[in-house]
Amino acid sequence: MSAVLRIPTVLRPSMGGASVIAVEGSTVGEVLLTLTTTYPAIKGQLLNADGTLHRFLNVYVNDDDVRYLGGVEALIANDDEITLLPAVAGGAW
Amino acid sequence: MLTLRSSDRDTLLAACVRALPNEGCGLLLGTLEGVVRAVVASENVADSAKVYEIDPKVLLRAYRRAEEEGLEVLGVFHSHTHSEAYPSPTDVAQAPDPAWHYAIVSFAHRPSVLRSYRIENDLVTEEAVVVVD
Repeated sequence: MSAVLRIPTVLRPSMGGASVIAVEGSTVGEVLLTLTTTYPAIKGQLLNADGTLHRFLNVYVNDDDVRYLGGVEALIANDDEITLLPAVAGGAW
Repeated sequence: MLTLRSSDRDTLLAACVRALPNEGCGLLLGTLEGVVRAVVASENVADSAKVYEIDPKVLLRAYRRAEEEGLEVLGVFHSHTHSEAYPSPTDVAQAPDPAWHYAIVSFAHRPSVLRSYRIENDLVTEEAVVVVD
């Protein structure tokens, strides 16, 4: 399947600078694994060592959070739009 | 430098007041140079007085709105309910983007204080906050 991946500003320097790229894969996990192979610098920001989704990364397929679609097993259809959004968090603690 | 209209500053402060006793938070849209064009309040999904996390759905909508309006998500704001308006070790460790502006409201004193910072490689630099009408 061929999908479009939207990349946030924080990840662009490690991913060639583009804001949007075409990606291939039948599941979110396949897409992310391919990305970590192509861009090794982002590996630790996308997936845990066991292949699950990183706690501080939100991944959307179109308007849906993939945590509610099976996580890395979420299916990708042609022309889907995948958005990577690192969590924004902090606090006084 | 972070520049924002007084109405946007008021929106930001009101969001932080509404969140009390928890930390309030939200996103800043505008230019990466620090000119704020819109303030987008978020629920603090951490539901805490000591930490915050932007609602991922608000994050997604903010990025889409920014793209539609030719803007950038330029930073984030949050409140410290009992400590100074300075980035905590948690803030620094979780600062996602060196291009962002990190605004902090403190309720440690009255009146509340709004400050803004850049955070890059764990280095915190305060920047001026300019409010315009």
